Amino acid sequence: MIKEKPFNRLDMSLQPQALTPEYRSSRLRSPMHKLLSFTPGQGELLGPNFGHDVINPNDNDLIINYACPGEAAIGEQIMVHGYMLDENARPVSNSLLEFWQANAGGRYRHNKDGYLAPLDPNFGGCGRTITDGDGYYSLRTIRPGPYPWPNGGNDWRPAHIHFSCFGTGWAQRLITQMYFEGDPHIPLCPIVQTIANPTAIDRLTARLDMAHTVPMNFRAFRFDIILRGQGSTLFENKLEGN
Amino acid sequence: MTRLQSASQTAGPYVHIGCTPSFAGLENMYGGHDLGAEMFSSDTSGLLITIKGRIFDGDGKPVTDAMLEFWQADASGQYASQGGSQGWARRAVDAELAGYYLQTILPAAIGEDAPHIKVWVVARGINLGLHTRIYFDGQANANDPVLTSINDPVRKATLIAIQDGESYNFDIHLQGENETVFLNV
Ligand SMILES: [Fe+3]
Repeated sequence: MIKEKPFNRLDMSLQPQALTPEYRSSRLRSPMHKLLSFTPGQGELLGPNFGHDVINPNDNDLIINYACPGEAAIGEQIMVHGYMLDENARPVSNSLLEFWQANAGGRYRHNKDGYLAPLDPNFGGCGRTITDGDGYYSLRTIRPGPYPWPNGGNDWRPAHIHFSCFGTGWAQRLITQMYFEGDPHIPLCPIVQTIANPTAIDRLTARLDMAHTVPMNFRAFRFDIILRGQGSTLFENKLEGN
Repeated sequence: MTRLQSASQTAGPYVHIGCTPSFAGLENMYGGHDLGAEMFSSDTSGLLITIKGRIFDGDGKPVTDAMLEFWQADASGQYASQGGSQGWARRAVDAELAGYYLQTILPAAIGEDAPHIKVWVVARGINLGLHTRIYFDGQANANDPVLTSINDPVRKATLIAIQDGESYNFDIHLQGENETVFLNV
């Protein structure tokens, strides 16, 4: 068996801390002890595999995947696309991505969401896909609306799409959120601001992509996801130093 | 390294829409079948076990919006991509007690690693998904490198499921006196 290198550690200069008091829900849901470090084994290097056969043709089309036949969700039609890569810029191929979001009015199809914006009978709000050999993925959806949330003040989430990413190894498991370029709520949102590093926030912000925008049809947004890579720079630096 | 790793963000309270849509009430999404409903197919060999538990915050209140994922080797010590069986499952905890229930087979020990199931926890208020492990009382845990690295017996006990009648019990405490040991995976 090929002995693989462990995944690089989380880079805490880019990641949020567990306790971020401005985001009130983190106060009682953040461990106070340091994470326990250990030597990862096969189980952290490997992860569950999902074949392309679990995916149906319209799973990545939120405009129609919940709609009555012949109907479509209401809102601005967009495509979100990009590459899932690792830190070494290697494609993360054949890997499951799941997404969920509010509808055009900022309302989730969830019994705990009581926001007054109406549900769209043709919009479920979830989708999934598997990256191709180049790590490429795309989805078609409607642009989600911003929504208010209880955090003690007048807090509104910037428009966002939640992403769940598996990668190829258990250590790469990631849930994050994608924001839209130019949204004035990004600097105001306590959840976005759990990330202290402006560059890291910028990388979660999708760019308008006119090159892939289809005239008279939909706008495209580009969003790349970077998972932890294998083989640290420390190791490479050592090689160079020798 | 040429790329910066993407930052994590909370799964939020509506993670179920994306990950367990049937649980969230999205009728017939993906044919009504949530991924990870079963850890193994029914013909997988091994000792059948059930694990149940609840998840709590620092005030001892149930974390009713949590989602848990489980990843383990099979009874021969193989992970799925090594030719083993699936070994992955996911659970939304219930909305009142924050309880979960998992039927699986006892994983084999691998080298010094005692039999264990890897667990990943996300919920509203969790900025970075939390990793922990379920070990089993009564198994050969003495030389496991993770368990032996924890000196405090109270802390160590948070990783060990206790037999409770027919099933094992494994609760998760995100914070507080009985805070679960979480791992830097
Ligand atoms: Fe959201």
